Amino acid sequence: MKIHEYQAKAILAEYGVPVPRGEVAQTPAEVGATARRLGGRVVIKAQIHAGGRGKGGGVKLADSAEQAEQIGAQILGMTLVTHQTGPEGRLVRQVLVEEAQEIARELYLSVTVDRERNRPVLIASGAGGMEIEEVAAHAPEKILKVCIDPLLGLRQFQARCLAYGLRLAEDQQPQAVALMQSLYRVFLEKDCSLAEINPLIITKPGKLLTLDAKLDLDDNALFRHPELQRLRDPHEENPLEVEASTHQLNYIKLDGNVGCIVNGAGLAMATMDIIKLAGAEPANFLDVGGGASAERVEHAFRILLMDPKVRAVFINIFGGILRCDVFAQGVVQAVTKAEVHIPVVVRMEGTNVEKGRALLQQSGLNFSVATDLRDAAGEVVAALQGSGERTA
Amino acid sequence: MSVLVDENTRLLVQGISGREGSFHTEQAIAYGTKVVAGVVPGHGGTMHVGVPVFDTVAQAVRQTGANTSVIYVPAPFATDALLEAIDAGLPLIVCITEGIPVTDMLIVKRYLEGKPTRLIGPNCPGIISPGTCKIGIMPGHIHKPGQVGVISRSGTLTYELVWQMTQLGIGQSTCIGIGGDPIIGMHFIDCLRLFQDDPATHVIAMVGEIGGNAEELAAAFIKDHVRKPIVGFVAGQNAPPGRRMGHAGAIISGGQGTAASKMAAMQAAGIRVCRSPADLGREVAAVINGAVAKGEER
Repeated sequence: MKIHEYQAKAILAEYGVPVPRGEVAQTPAEVGATARRLGGRVVIKAQIHAGGRGKGGGVKLADSAEQAEQIGAQILGMTLVTHQTGPEGRLVRQVLVEEAQEIARELYLSVTVDRERNRPVLIASGAGGMEIEEVAAHAPEKILKVCIDPLLGLRQFQARCLAYGLRLAEDQQPQAVALMQSLYRVFLEKDCSLAEINPLIITKPGKLLTLDAKLDLDDNALFRHPELQRLRDPHEENPLEVEASTHQLNYIKLDGNVGCIVNGAGLAMATMDIIKLAGAEPANFLDVGGGASAERVEHAFRILLMDPKVRAVFINIFGGILRCDVFAQGVVQAVTKAEVHIPVVVRMEGTNVEKGRALLQQSGLNFSVATDLRDAAGEVVAALQGSGERTA
Repeated sequence: MSVLVDENTRLLVQGISGREGSFHTEQAIAYGTKVVAGVVPGHGGTMHVGVPVFDTVAQAVRQTGANTSVIYVPAPFATDALLEAIDAGLPLIVCITEGIPVTDMLIVKRYLEGKPTRLIGPNCPGIISPGTCKIGIMPGHIHKPGQVGVISRSGTLTYELVWQMTQLGIGQSTCIGIGGDPIIGMHFIDCLRLFQDDPATHVIAMVGEIGGNAEELAAAFIKDHVRKPIVGFVAGQNAPPGRRMGHAGAIISGGQGTAASKMAAMQAAGIRVCRSPADLGREVAAVINGAVAKGEER
């Protein structure tokens, strides 16, 4: 789960990580009032779940409360397009108003999981403000890393090594060590998949300060963090994805016109792959899960059809524990109720497949029933062409 | 012949009394797996689906000689179950549970270091040596004893591959579902090593997916250490970056973990990589009919 910058900073502040004074605002008047309280000279930052906000015009400096209010009026309500939002952009509903800072240096600091070493890793770099992947690609020597033993935690000497590596001044070192240890605690105690401060600045007076922060939370751990569940912002998610998640459906909206219903994540990805190879574009990723009930299949259908781009549906089920006859009943029920007017190709294999196929054929509904995975993909493309849709 | 599990496997089921645990234990027994014990704290001394239940793993191991554990315990309690099984010194643990927090798995992996225990999973379908031992949630009847070793990060996609092979008359030595999480027990490399040394395995099928760099590492290992022919596939060739595709570990982040990178590395290591999942069975058949018949190695 992603959260907003202002939410991340509030969490960091709880753990003693220094962050600028600031408040979130929803209206230009609030922006002006906050700026006045903070002394006039402020930065106004659009709060959306995407990076690259500055380049897209979503981060601006104001010299006075009046100017802040004007900028607030520009940014609030704008559709911000960045390299991470896609061309449709995101509507800005709130901004963070923060005290402006005098910057002497920009650093990078993060904690994430090193999947290869099975360890949390603390990453630091003197090249702050840039995306770390870019630094890794062009100047890997500027990236410093410390692997953390989860039984020992991040020790002072490890943090000190990084602080020396960043060539921090003597009086900044204890600040950096404390900050790194706090960031690691946030990572661990809030179950983050990424806890990133970028840039971490050194102000002209020589203080370390979090200028921008990002916390990505581990969805698997949300069950033990009611305080984090509350930070979810459904405005930042695709409405169909929000709807799907309420029915335990794993749905990701894509740009194509072939809707997919599949059981299992790996098979769902492979189904997208074979649709593309057959010359069409998948409209979505959808995993109905192992024990999908008729009801869940019905919801899946309904959500697929809410996407106006969908011109054909490809159902690919490998019946293991989920029996094909049970699934077929769900499909018949769903198609009958939802009044589906586009071609539906069903490919089923596995437990009770003959019964399942018979059920589909006897339903009198307009299914193509395919046996082979390759044939099924071909039939979907043929169905699209039959209905006059363009394929890739 | 097979790897890791066979007729000598004596299985203990952690979480045997739950819905999943009960159902799959019955299925495993019906398949012929020797299920010797269940563990449910507070239920020691009872019987469940015909299996004696113990309060602790240590007790169950002492009294039944169990040498493998399978875990069906729900995610909030699975970490404790894992640590208990490792602590009891079991040689093999198979964790089916989906949804274990990553920070918990970091502790589990750390606790495994220096211990004799092998872990498969979590978030995996389990492991099966067709004809002798089935541990996990895969449908037994799609498998057939034979000479192909299967390693996969996926569940139903593995069934797809196995079924394609079985229909072509090609059997499997052992199928290992290593799991779809970012932090897992055994990786491709650990399984490849076992299959390379298993005289009954002649061909290896490897199914990867986007996220992480396990396939790239496996490819590097294969170049130097694996002589047997390998057929491969990587799911998620069209997955958008930055999105988790169902599995917690299936995410392209910062340009890393793409299918293209994995397929290129696998191809460079001499693996026969299929672009389409529909070609996997036939490709394995081609290898068996061609390379293996001629005694040709990679």
